[in-house]
Amino acid sequence: MLQYIARRLLATLPVLAIVAVLVFLLLRLTPGDPAAILAGDAASPDQIARIRVSLGLERPIPVQFGIWVSHLLHGDLGESFYFKIKVSQLIAQRLGPTLSLGALTIAIAVLVSVPLGTLAAWRFGGWLDRALMGFSVLGFSIPVFVLAYLLIWIVSLKLGWLPVQGYRPLADGAWPFLRHLILPAVTLSVIFIALIARVTRASVLEALGEDYIRTARAKGLREARVLVRHALANAAVPIVTVIGIGIALLIGGVVVTESVYAIPGLGRLTVDAVLARDFPTIQGVILFFSFVYVLVNLLVDLSYVFLDPRIRY
Amino acid sequence: MDAAALATESAAVPRHESAWRRARRNASVRLGGVVLALLVGVAIAAPWLGTVDPTLFDAGSRDLVPGKVGDITTLEGETIRHRFLMGSDSFGRDIYSRVIYGTRVSLSVGLLASLLALAFGIACGLGAGYVRWLDGVLMRFMDGLMAIPAILIAIALVALWHASLATVIVAIAIPEIPRVTRLVRSLVLSIREEPYVEAAVSLGTPTWRIMFGHILPNCVAPLIVQGTYICASAILLEAILSFLGVGLPPDIPTWGNIMAEGRVQFNEYPHNVFFPGVFLAVTVLAVNILGDGLRDTLDPKMAKRV
Repeated sequence: MLQYIARRLLATLPVLAIVAVLVFLLLRLTPGDPAAILAGDAASPDQIARIRVSLGLERPIPVQFGIWVSHLLHGDLGESFYFKIKVSQLIAQRLGPTLSLGALTIAIAVLVSVPLGTLAAWRFGGWLDRALMGFSVLGFSIPVFVLAYLLIWIVSLKLGWLPVQGYRPLADGAWPFLRHLILPAVTLSVIFIALIARVTRASVLEALGEDYIRTARAKGLREARVLVRHALANAAVPIVTVIGIGIALLIGGVVVTESVYAIPGLGRLTVDAVLARDFPTIQGVILFFSFVYVLVNLLVDLSYVFLDPRIRY
Repeated sequence: MDAAALATESAAVPRHESAWRRARRNASVRLGGVVLALLVGVAIAAPWLGTVDPTLFDAGSRDLVPGKVGDITTLEGETIRHRFLMGSDSFGRDIYSRVIYGTRVSLSVGLLASLLALAFGIACGLGAGYVRWLDGVLMRFMDGLMAIPAILIAIALVALWHASLATVIVAIAIPEIPRVTRLVRSLVLSIREEPYVEAAVSLGTPTWRIMFGHILPNCVAPLIVQGTYICASAILLEAILSFLGVGLPPDIPTWGNIMAEGRVQFNEYPHNVFFPGVFLAVTVLAVNILGDGLRDTLDPKMAKRV
């Protein structure tokens, strides 16, 4: 078990390393002086020179990479010339809203899609099944910002139930916090619901065809117990896997949703950084998001051991 | 693919013919195909659909509600009466014309980005599947690329390169390459074990002929399915980039740009966001439905997987 965890951790390292190389090369393979790009459009020659020295830009590329990685390992992602603080500090400041939004989105998505997917598989070909499959194609196709404005228009402007935009930290009280997050989280969860419901349906459907389901029914188990304890439990691995893969969708969605709902999180930071051409921040955010994505999928891999006792390493 | 090419291919591989015929009878393929054909028609016929030049504006016709008649100034400085079917934006530009011309941008970005991703993906996939020393390096590289969320790669590349139609297409295509590569590589690895490939190898057929004559034709169906999905996500991604203000320059009429311009006054004039939004959603939906239909009929193995 420990050996498995260690092996998985080791297998993750090359992926992280390649992500680091790609983000590093992003700037070096672009025409133009990386120091000038990193320093921003309004930088003085003096500032550019300072960045050139600190990154060792006059030295060969492999040496530059070494310097960059050693900065990275010390948690030093450089300094944002737009926000005038360290990028690592900036990310820490903006993490709260994004984490809250992401967590609420996943919670809503799982609570809605897993029961629906299971029921759809149970009544395969029935009205719920067809409705859910139709909805999932729609969910994949409707752009998240179009959906966001549709919901703002109906729920906030016409009905006046929830605030249009903005964010309140949890410190301001649970209700103001939730009130501002519900609409963004619902918006973002739609594509997630489509994704998870499809996979839940497919894997529960597969499990329902197994012999142990027939046995469970034959020994007179209640249908609910057959569905949850036998079918759904055996479908857990693909469901958790797709949630892990879906984190990439979530990150993309966060960038758009935070922008529409004016939430001061990492997604909003990404867009602001790109608009200001603030490359230290862009690099930092990409690295951060990608590492989170890889690590979440590592956790997903490790969870298989607990979800499926048949898996032994 | 024209009819002649299709016929010769069908003669060589009889299994395909029935698959193509099945595809043409499939309801999803028909629905998605018809809607897409209509959109392509709209894109081509844009100048004759009651539109004006989408860059024209008139200070007197700002923020008109849909259906209102107002003035618009042509490039020659002439003022003409025009009915603003979808209203106008805060510069006094005709939303309807911009939405109709936006169809051209969205469809060409979708088509070109997916062709580009397919071309590079096929090249990398064939390389990885056939050249042993290349396999490890290339696939690790693709793993790393896949670990970076697509939207972030595209945003960063567009920011570095400065946005134009070409850079946006390339930036959208790059994050899609790893998935195509993986698909082609796995197809190559399974097809090269087939008896007919072994037979060809033992007859001394050169590697390139095996690749292009035996392996690639058998990848066509899954690649078309994959290409459709890439097309849908490319159209979405282009709209997202434009909407966030990091995509194509704002004077180019794209659905994302129209929405970005309209979001400022969303409370008073929601139609500036909704008209392009509906076009975008319908287009992506049509491509996805077409893809699902093609997947079910052309690539039954994949249909079972999803």
